[in-house]
Amino acid sequence: MKITLNGEARSIDDSIKLQALIDQLGYSGKRLAVEINKEIIPKSQHADYIIKDGDNIEIVHAIGGG
Amino acid sequence: MTNDPLIIAGKSYNSRLLVGSGKYKDLEETREATEASGAEIITVAIRRTNIGQTPGEPNLLDVVPPEKYTILPNTAGCYTAEDAVRTCRMARELLDGHDLVKLEVLGDEKTLFPDIVATLEAADLLVKDGFKVMVYTNDDPIIAKRLEEIGCVAVMPLAAPIGSGLGIRNPYNILTIIENANVPILVDAGVGTASDAAIAMELGCDGILMNTAIAAAQKPVLMASAMKKAVEAGREAFLAGRMPRKRFASASSPIDGTFF
Repeated sequence: MKITLNGEARSIDDSIKLQALIDQLGYSGKRLAVEINKEIIPKSQHADYIIKDGDNIEIVHAIGGG
Repeated sequence: MTNDPLIIAGKSYNSRLLVGSGKYKDLEETREATEASGAEIITVAIRRTNIGQTPGEPNLLDVVPPEKYTILPNTAGCYTAEDAVRTCRMARELLDGHDLVKLEVLGDEKTLFPDIVATLEAADLLVKDGFKVMVYTNDDPIIAKRLEEIGCVAVMPLAAPIGSGLGIRNPYNILTIIENANVPILVDAGVGTASDAAIAMELGCDGILMNTAIAAAQKPVLMASAMKKAVEAGREAFLAGRMPRKRFASASSPIDGTFF
């Protein structure tokens, strides 16, 4: 299925869980926040949340800034 | 100085210098300069992760750990209230419910002056959503008061444009903002060197937030140390109360007892 991940079109496995995607990206254990279709998905729900076709996913972290 | 804490949203801080974490050449320099500044509150930006790029690379929060510092996520780069509120909500999720944020809603890329209408709107939304808002604003005393009335926990007027290093351009307005305030007033942006920081503190500011003045110095770690001392010196001078200015001289040695 197709999703948009941080502004880029991507193909991923059907019915993948959010935590599995995070793991595939190499972000296991990192400090992140995830928004899907402009709704924040709390960390406590990452393991159970099933990504749907067409989802617009944003994954953010903290970087240097003033 | 002992027992002169800066209190923001009920929490005490020993340092009145707050620093940003941007524009350093690498994370090690960020860590060293932050340490040298003595700052306890550190601003960070919230941005997309770089998908596919070296996932093992060190993270900012590894060198500025939330267990040691109070992390202050900012809304830098936001030009609408909606984007600013969205950024703060992402930051709160990222930091496990930590709700202290630095709100800035920009109006113009050239000046990076705040869009005050959008800033007031975003501040209101964030306060109602439970955030503790430290707000970047211009040096307008009327707006500073409005932001306090909305419920911001600190008001942070600019001294000069962000990253300009021009120093305090309107000390009388900053003074008026301080005199009117019932929340901490921090100068945010525009400080260029240590004397600028001391001048801001001598006016009676509760603290200073800076980034570029340290990060863009030739030796950032040394400048961080200089800023720490300048903020402390300025604070002590403010508390001490400066002598009145006089136009003509006043001898420091007595005239009585001269033998010539």
